Amino acid sequence: MIIGAGALGTGSAEMLVRAGIGNITIADRDYVEWSNLQRQQLYTEEEAEQRTPKAVAAKKRLTAINSEVKIRCHVMDVSVEEMEQLVGGVDLILDASDNFDIRMIINDISQKHRIPWIYSACVGSYGINYTIIPGKTPCLNCLLENVPMGSATCDTVGIISPAVQMVLSFQISEALKILVEDRLHLRNKLVSFDLWKNHQSSINVDKFKKEDCPSCGAEPSYPYLSFSNQIKTAVLCGRDTVQIRPSRPIDRDLESLDKALSKQPGKVSRNPYLLSFSTEEYRLVIFKDCRVLIHGTKSIPEAKTLYHRYLG
Amino acid sequence: MLLTVNGDQVEVPNTVKTIAELLQHFEMHHKVVIVEKNAEILEKAEHTATLISDKDKIELVHFVGGG
Ligand SMILES: [Zn+2]
Repeated sequence: MIIGAGALGTGSAEMLVRAGIGNITIADRDYVEWSNLQRQQLYTEEEAEQRTPKAVAAKKRLTAINSEVKIRCHVMDVSVEEMEQLVGGVDLILDASDNFDIRMIINDISQKHRIPWIYSACVGSYGINYTIIPGKTPCLNCLLENVPMGSATCDTVGIISPAVQMVLSFQISEALKILVEDRLHLRNKLVSFDLWKNHQSSINVDKFKKEDCPSCGAEPSYPYLSFSNQIKTAVLCGRDTVQIRPSRPIDRDLESLDKALSKQPGKVSRNPYLLSFSTEEYRLVIFKDCRVLIHGTKSIPEAKTLYHRYLG
Repeated sequence: MLLTVNGDQVEVPNTVKTIAELLQHFEMHHKVVIVEKNAEILEKAEHTATLISDKDKIELVHFVGGG
């Protein structure tokens, strides 16, 4: 199962479908945009023109590549409930998402159902990859302790497609080892690289496995599967506005956010309590107490996309 | 002080004495970073107390979200 059908999702899906994997499930909430075509290899200009949902466009192309593979594609904003529905019979979860809210849910689902998953991400010319095997390796919660907020995301700083392909090579090599049950050859290291700076590192992170981890420890509570830890959204009555509250309280550093957003096309203004960012037909208002209002849309998926694009 | 950071030789002011200060120096203190010093991985809680010295080899791996 692949979560996300952006750069990593389209690349890994194509490799696995060409390899003749039996069944594949792909879920994504977005539609194809022009800026996607530089690196999202299953999509065409026509689909950007028509704003075709990525899951629909992906299925069409993947079926044309290998009609023998059973391909299920869902136009879906995946959260806990959706993930629980999709995960039956799944041998491996590939992370092709663009945010840590969903990754922490994948991480807990993986532990709860004892399904391995592979964390992958890239920004600019940098990429990172780590395979998480329940009962063996530390989990993402062990490694992160706290969800990183404000880490650069690919829509705002861009990403070169060789970095995507490099992460994909790591991810799919690991995936194939898991799918043919050759776990002895798994990398078992956190690998990262920067193709522009000519650097690569590979670190053994076994030491980070925590006995009392709430996700993978002796008495797991799977905190990210509980309602209180999920990102909360609401369409505000009578206004073209969606409110988003992050999964956990953050004390937003509005000053550094101001700096980061000032590099984007759009207009930033700020007072001690909130920051307002106008771009295209939208306005994002970010409060210091971590609430965000997204004006200019009534669509929750669209609002979430904007939220993760600009706020990580 | 001369360090090797992610394979590159980097000159760091002598005011930078700990791993935590090094992350601050590189403006990485807001990010989630896994640090390895001379091939030994450090827990986050060790960053403030771990001293760095000339010729140390540091690996910094930071988590990113894009994809
Ligand atoms: Zn854990």
